Amino acid sequence: MVIKFFNNPEKMENLIRLLMQGVGVTSKIFFLTLIFSVPLGLAVALGRMSRRWYVNKPISFYIYIMRSTPLMLQLLFIYFLLPMVVPFKMDRFVAVIFSYVINYAAYFAEIFRGGIESIPSGQREAAHVLGMSRLQTFWRIIMPQAAKRSLLPCTNEVITLVKDTALASTVAVVDLMTMAKKQVTSSSSVEPYLVAIIFYLILNGIVEQVCKWVERKMNYYQ
Amino acid sequence: MLRAADIKKNFGDLKVLDGISLEISRGEVVALIGPSGSGKSTFLRCMNHLETVDSGEIWLEKDCMCRMTDGRVRYSSEAELRRINMRMGMVFQNFNLFPHMTVMQNLIEAPMRVKRESRAAAMERAKEMLASVGLADRGGQYPYQLSGGQAQRVAIARALCMQPEIMCFDEPTSALDPELTHEVLAVMRDLAEKNMTMVVVTHEMGFARDVADRVVFMSDGVIVEQGTPEQVFSSSNPRTMKFLQMD
Ligand SMILES: Nc1ncnc2c1ncn2[C@@H]1O[C@H](COP(=O)(O)OP(=O)(O)OP(=O)(O)O)[C@@H](O)[C@H]1O
Ligand SMILES: [Mg+2]
Repeated sequence: MVIKFFNNPEKMENLIRLLMQGVGVTSKIFFLTLIFSVPLGLAVALGRMSRRWYVNKPISFYIYIMRSTPLMLQLLFIYFLLPMVVPFKMDRFVAVIFSYVINYAAYFAEIFRGGIESIPSGQREAAHVLGMSRLQTFWRIIMPQAAKRSLLPCTNEVITLVKDTALASTVAVVDLMTMAKKQVTSSSSVEPYLVAIIFYLILNGIVEQVCKWVERKMNYYQ
Repeated sequence: MLRAADIKKNFGDLKVLDGISLEISRGEVVALIGPSGSGKSTFLRCMNHLETVDSGEIWLEKDCMCRMTDGRVRYSSEAELRRINMRMGMVFQNFNLFPHMTVMQNLIEAPMRVKRESRAAAMERAKEMLASVGLADRGGQYPYQLSGGQAQRVAIARALCMQPEIMCFDEPTSALDPELTHEVLAVMRDLAEKNMTMVVVTHEMGFARDVADRVVFMSDGVIVEQGTPEQVFSSSNPRTMKFLQMD
């Protein structure tokens, strides 16, 4: 292995600066995906649990597609193929966010559905006999308990998301992965990959700590 | 005050309620007894609109939960049903307290959200109710910190906070260790003495004998016989006798 960066502080500094730019884009993808896919996932979960077949059937199909095909393929499809049927061209960054949001919403939906369905029916019944409406029952009784039960599987999903952001490089969005790849190509040294690995470790280290913190917050009851 | 007329209910092919008619007057304590699977819980759940009946009528005084029109059962509007539910309290076998809320929050949730009472007013009544079930100092605890007997007493207090006119109990002591049943039964006795209208599904024959004004014996989805505790417990009806001996 040729050492080109690690023995040259100036080059190293430049590499880190470039990769930090990538981290910025990666974080942007990460946060935007989370912000949109969590509420969308909740809506999808509710639709999936609807008793009307014309709601739950299409939604089941959507979840099936999202979970059964590679995210990379979904991303390529939305970026290259969708513009052939719809009259506008998608900005590559928007295409990435859009694909991730609809993909992750499907996963979150299944987690939320599991959480909601795991709440004993007695909870709903107790709320019902107290005269609470369905909406009150859902937001005040079911959801807080389901959120707690969904937390652990959600943590896994969020950690996966950090890694999945790397797929953005397939449509040349300059995230951490793309940036590292570029530097490897131009320098023909793999050191940028090593630095990228460390960055991903740091990012997911932070994610894990935040999730642990939320978990502790929710541990006020058993 | 509560009137159920010719209630029928099937689960698939299983006839669970086969024409139950029961009228309960204000201040009356009715004990519902019968073998396992006879439909006692189902009947109580129909009264609280946790199940829908296949046919029959349910009235709470002038408020109609469901009635027969053109030979088919018709339920009232959602709003009307909630109004009726608010006038009735229900206590379950396994408490069904909200685990993510403290005892106090469990008690004030419905009064605040459903009856739109102020927090202060709701809390004041909640404290009163907690005291009346002997748990005045437990408001800040979570359900998992309570014993079964305490949890059930909280559940009773929670129902009472809505100031129901009639209280239904579905085997309130069946999930409890024997040494804890008496504290729940004591609370129920207390309620009966305060003239609360009560329908109690129970296997506690002592309670039925001492507290109930009327004992209703159900079997296979029908009321076999009913009367004062003395009448039913000294019945010569073979089905009643068989059940009482088993117990
Ligand atoms: N949701 C349901 N779906 C199908 N069958 C049911 C349902 N609920 C109750 N049953 C059946 O209906 C019958 C009556 O049940 P129910 O719970 O009303 O009896 P019970 O008199 O309360 O008995 P127990 O003393 O054991 O509580 C039983 O055979 C039961 O298996
Ligand atoms: Mg029962």
